[in-house]
Amino acid sequence: MKSEQQYIELYNEVNQLIKQKSCEPMNAVRDAAFQVFRAQGFPTQKLERYKYTDVPTAFAPNYGISLNSAAINPSQYIYSISAAPIDIRPYYNKIADAADSITALNTALVHDGILVYVPKNENSDVPIQIDNHLSGNISTMLNRRLLIVLEQGAQATVIINDKGGVHPDDISFLTTQVVEVFCQPNSHLDLYEVEETDKSCSRFSNVYIRAERDSSVRHNSITLTNGLTRNLCDAYLVGENAQLTLNGCVIGSESQHIDNNTLIRHCAPQCQSDQLYKYVLDGHSVGAFAGKILVDKDAQKTTSQETNANLCASPTARMYSQPMLEIYADDVKCNHGSTVGVMDEAALFYMRQRGIPEAEARMLLKNAFMGGVIDQIPLRSLRDRLYVKIEKRFLGEYEKCEACRLCK
Amino acid sequence: MAEKNEYVKSVVKKEYEYGFTTDVHTEIIDKGLNEDVVRLISAKKGEPDWLLQFRLEAYRYWITQQQPSWAHVTLPPIDYQAISYYADPTARKKDGEQKEIDPELMKTFDKLGIPLEERLALSGTAVDAVMDSVSVKTTFKEKLSEKGIIFCSISEAVREYPELVRQYLGTVVPYRDNYFAALNSAVFSDGSFVYIPKNTRCPMELSTYFRINAMNTGQFERTLIVCDEGSYVSYLEGCTAPMRDENQLHAAIVEIVVLDNAEVKYSTVQNWYPGDSEGRGGVLNLVTKRGHLRGVNSKLSWTQVETGSAITWKYPSCVLSGDGSQAEFYSVAVTNNHQEADTGTKMIHIGKNTKSTIISKGISAGRSQNSYRGLVRVTKNADGARNYSSCDSLLLGNQCGAHTFPYMDVQNNTATVEHEATTSKINEDQLFYCNQRGISTEEAVGLIVNGYAKDVLNKLPMEFAVEAQKLLSVSLEGTVG
Repeated sequence: MKSEQQYIELYNEVNQLIKQKSCEPMNAVRDAAFQVFRAQGFPTQKLERYKYTDVPTAFAPNYGISLNSAAINPSQYIYSISAAPIDIRPYYNKIADAADSITALNTALVHDGILVYVPKNENSDVPIQIDNHLSGNISTMLNRRLLIVLEQGAQATVIINDKGGVHPDDISFLTTQVVEVFCQPNSHLDLYEVEETDKSCSRFSNVYIRAERDSSVRHNSITLTNGLTRNLCDAYLVGENAQLTLNGCVIGSESQHIDNNTLIRHCAPQCQSDQLYKYVLDGHSVGAFAGKILVDKDAQKTTSQETNANLCASPTARMYSQPMLEIYADDVKCNHGSTVGVMDEAALFYMRQRGIPEAEARMLLKNAFMGGVIDQIPLRSLRDRLYVKIEKRFLGEYEKCEACRLCK
Repeated sequence: MAEKNEYVKSVVKKEYEYGFTTDVHTEIIDKGLNEDVVRLISAKKGEPDWLLQFRLEAYRYWITQQQPSWAHVTLPPIDYQAISYYADPTARKKDGEQKEIDPELMKTFDKLGIPLEERLALSGTAVDAVMDSVSVKTTFKEKLSEKGIIFCSISEAVREYPELVRQYLGTVVPYRDNYFAALNSAVFSDGSFVYIPKNTRCPMELSTYFRINAMNTGQFERTLIVCDEGSYVSYLEGCTAPMRDENQLHAAIVEIVVLDNAEVKYSTVQNWYPGDSEGRGGVLNLVTKRGHLRGVNSKLSWTQVETGSAITWKYPSCVLSGDGSQAEFYSVAVTNNHQEADTGTKMIHIGKNTKSTIISKGISAGRSQNSYRGLVRVTKNADGARNYSSCDSLLLGNQCGAHTFPYMDVQNNTATVEHEATTSKINEDQLFYCNQRGISTEEAVGLIVNGYAKDVLNKLPMEFAVEAQKLLSVSLEGTVG
């Protein structure tokens, strides 16, 4: 219970201050969440869903807690939770897994968050972008909270961008993030998470999605550079004919650690889910993917597809893959596939024969491999941007993006 | 419709074919488990001190452990003190030395289709028949020994070939491996011991038939197969148990050692009593099976057809240490009524250019739960390792579940690991096609299932394949309608 202790003490010290800065709906669940965290502590690797990431060690350093609120550009659909235009009590902390220690810690420590709210039949034409810059002179812990509510027939695109900044070498950052997504009937959400931080950053993100009848949700999680990342995504398809796409791509090098853990629960009939995660691992990076598709007894006519393809490009990279199916209904079509392999020597040979240097040939192959995920992104500007970034990343000339439309 | 219901009813009522009990005098030691019981079992078998010490160490380790609960099954609480750990149906009331087998026992095995007289046996199969804790008879022993092959019960092997047994026992599955392996190591009774000398091709199939008969006992057999350089053996295992309302515990260990250029083929048709349609009774099948491919270019193939047992918890595994070694795992697991199976394999690639194949077919019906759980690990030095896994599940009925839990752990960039799985129900088009041609739905399902499982059934030795096919259709009868 070493790592936990400092957070328990921290909470006891600052909870009054947090409560003052926060709002009533958030305070209402705060103490209960803290009790859960205090009772459970951090999840250890003995827990099936945390098998591949050492959480207590990641939380062990002494971080200061940031109580700064997000700066929000006035826009039509984005608000701070404390100034929400709607009653958030039916949504806030309702689908987040209360038994998850990281969610509990986030709920206890977060003082404000961002609300994306699109009323009935409205469409936010412009993508809503949330940037998170990690820079400063002290090691900091950030607790981020995001609530996305799309009412019936609403549409939105949300981009969450995590970026590293300039900071001294001995400074590190830790982010916890809890995102709750409510998609009411016939709504449509595209949610992108792009991580471009550096090796001093740890990120624990828990995304919870609730998709109702005829809604469709697309979630893309893209990890370009990072330190330690653990992304959890739980999606519940609760209404008939809901559609879900969970895609992800990961580029790992040096000592990066990337762990994606997903659960798709089909609670209603005739829903469809697709999942595609691709990893390219170099250096001595560690990648993990665990995805479970759970089909309830009544969720007949489910179609579900899960694919995880991985490329280990160095002898010291390590990949764990765990695609799981748990199915209680009989009229379903569920597939999963997973591969871990090397680059196609025949394809490399073909290119070299035609005068393409080996390094470039390898880069082209890796690019094409990632293309499988990026091509599916409907937002053109983001897709183009990502292609450039991925290429730069593979070429090793990755810089913090300059003149990038997205980040400005 | 009425006719169909009649048929379904008759099938549902159909009893487990091997559910009879044998009335034979059986010497059963008192229930309970403690160090004295371990010593008693060891003394009854006249074991040397090193083996007693091995058992005691295992027992002392076992009591420090907790029963694992990670499998996707609902294991009823097991009272380890309510089980008798040794039952000997061959013990006569008074005289010590026994010459002939009790005719009742002979009859039992005849009824099970395992004749113990060599002239009656199918040529080409040598049988070791084990009832409860004791091996009743091993056939064709003499003929095999001409070639230097040792095939006998493990107790006999401990007496006759102590050095061989000591060299290999517990080296593949150490007693600290898991909870049930520790329990087995402490109280194991008969199983088979096979040793194939160098450059020998075993001229016949070796087979062991396990039967649980006595009440409130468990079977804890231990099998050890050693295949020396350049040799080949095909080994079959079959098992049945009487119908009882209580659960019976079966916690076995199978260890296989494969040396340079040797090949072992291990086939199982598991048909322990699965419990009745309400889920009462049945065997709890909690076994540890593992092969160690120590030699270069060695080969091991596991083939299993799992139709019985209330709970199956079984992962026949391979450790591929030898360079160029190859391992295969073929499995068909059928669950019906309230059966629960959590089965699969582990392939641990250590040597270079090792290859493994996993083909698993799960079929669930009734209210059963059927899970595949497998691990493929490629360690750092396993250059050029190759694995292909394919796990398909077929769902018959809307009350059952089919699950797949594969784990892949790759630490080498020259390895290629592939996994794919599908879950679906029987294709309506296929059924319709059969119906159209005058094949009843029941029969059509049988045909389709057999076709579906063909990849695995083809890997079984002839006699077994026929039996397995029959079993498959019997296990699934009454699931359509």
